[in-house]
Amino acid sequence: MSDPLQSTLHGDAPLSSAKNPDARAAATPGVVEASDTLVGRTVTINRPRHELYEFWRDFRNLPQFMREIHQIEVVDRVTSRWRVSAPAGRTVEWESLVTEERADELIAWESSSGASIRNSGRVEFHDAPAGRGTEVRATIVYDPPAGGAGKMLAKLFQKEPKIQARRDLRRFKQLMETGEISTAAAPDAAPRAD
Amino acid sequence: MRALTWHGRHDVRVDTVPDPKIVNPRDAIIKITSTAICGSDLHLYDHYIPTLKSGDVLGHEFMGEVVEVGPGNPKLKVGERVVVPFVIACGQCYFCQKQQFSACDNSNPAETADMSEVLYGYPMTGAFGYSHLTGGYAGGQAQYARVPYSDVGPIAIPDGVEDEKVLFLSDILPTGWMAAENCDIEPGDTVAVWGCGPVGLFAIQSAFVLGAERVIAIDHYPHRLNLAKFLGAQVVNFDEVNVREALVEMTGGIGPDACIDAVGMESHGFTIDNVADQVKAAVGLGTDRPHALRQVILACRKGGRVSIPGVYGGMADKFPIGALMEKGLSVKSGQTHVQKYLPKLLGMILDGKLDTTFLISHRLPLEEAPHGYKIFKEEQNDVTKVVLKP
Repeated sequence: MSDPLQSTLHGDAPLSSAKNPDARAAATPGVVEASDTLVGRTVTINRPRHELYEFWRDFRNLPQFMREIHQIEVVDRVTSRWRVSAPAGRTVEWESLVTEERADELIAWESSSGASIRNSGRVEFHDAPAGRGTEVRATIVYDPPAGGAGKMLAKLFQKEPKIQARRDLRRFKQLMETGEISTAAAPDAAPRAD
Repeated sequence: MRALTWHGRHDVRVDTVPDPKIVNPRDAIIKITSTAICGSDLHLYDHYIPTLKSGDVLGHEFMGEVVEVGPGNPKLKVGERVVVPFVIACGQCYFCQKQQFSACDNSNPAETADMSEVLYGYPMTGAFGYSHLTGGYAGGQAQYARVPYSDVGPIAIPDGVEDEKVLFLSDILPTGWMAAENCDIEPGDTVAVWGCGPVGLFAIQSAFVLGAERVIAIDHYPHRLNLAKFLGAQVVNFDEVNVREALVEMTGGIGPDACIDAVGMESHGFTIDNVADQVKAAVGLGTDRPHALRQVILACRKGGRVSIPGVYGGMADKFPIGALMEKGLSVKSGQTHVQKYLPKLLGMILDGKLDTTFLISHRLPLEEAPHGYKIFKEEQNDVTKVVLKP
């Protein structure tokens, strides 16, 4: 198996569902440390694989459904610059490098050295059973950052990284299937009494 | 605009709130002409459903006139009269395409979907005015409502058909219909229905349309039992008789072929299990009081069918799993796939095959909605359905 993130501990369950971080680290020597946060989430989207891949591959689209990402600037085919809004009106940015891509199948990335949030990940696109569209699986590994800014960002990103990932993927699915992102945000979308 | 808002247990008020706006391209704004209080709104009124916030606009049975349509909805026209399903469904996900609209994967916003994913394993669909578990959408006991995915839900009503004939397409009529459909009725079948509230009454009517030989209705309010009788059901008053014994005797010792629990989580009745459940719910040790459901499962014949349109939200104690398994019962349940049934049921109303007006007991202006909740809760014998006029 070429990609350690694909390896499984026992049976066919994905690595991200492992209960024991030490066993997980042992299964992926040098890739996912026991102290890393590993998030995996799959969503089935009732659209063709090609369409989903193309939308995601144009990284400028991602902030539409990744709420915490303020902007992504595409530098070239490999490099992009990600900018997040941090507390106290600050913004934090880092560079992300595409490490592998296969059209309509896979995009893998890694933050460049020196990134304040060291992260790597991959998003895979598989055909779902006939008539059900595409299974999109995202796997993200966060390194625990060091230092003041790192800790603050960790709070932002690592407090509930699983929740962040599942909300992002739900919004991606909503956008791709319906053309819009569901909202009942008050006051405009759901007027309320004070 | 004016709207009925929730502020706490048994505390609902008509407040002035901001008018709704078009937010997403497929939204529409409806000027509400008729709206109703649902039996399931009483679960909110009694605060049995969690995740309500003070100020939430309630109401999920409403209809009205389209006053604004977003650029992404080519179907609806301003000025059209529509009934709006309580379930919000996108129409494009796997579930909607299978016509399982109340399982829509997209209408519950990403943030609120977390709660039901934890509670139930997967996120619930969005719905109007029914807590933040189902999205926190503002409801329709108001002058206006924002309707998301309005190209999928609302059904146009022909001119000249009065509101009261079609209003209940929004929830209770399809809910009663699906409850009966879930009984997989065969010729000769006896269907027993627990609860003669609006859903139970519509389930009785639907069971006959779907070919039931006989329907037996169970309640303890004489007026509600009379309405069931008017629909052709035999009636059993649980204050007066032992229900299971009566059902066994009335069905030649076999038991009802299919049983419908149209009661849900706040069952009435002074029995040991129900009193214990009330105590547990009061101190937070339990959430749902499933007395009726226990009786349904015990009364149903071997190999019979159980249909549960009554609303449950959490965990039930002392669930008779042994009786369910050993007798080989099948169970069907769920929030109603309203959109699936609308064209057919509207057709049956227009053809005069279904009447939905017989159960309306009270008509009130929206401003008197809090009074409507109070009497619907406290005077259940006489108050069978409250329709509000904004």
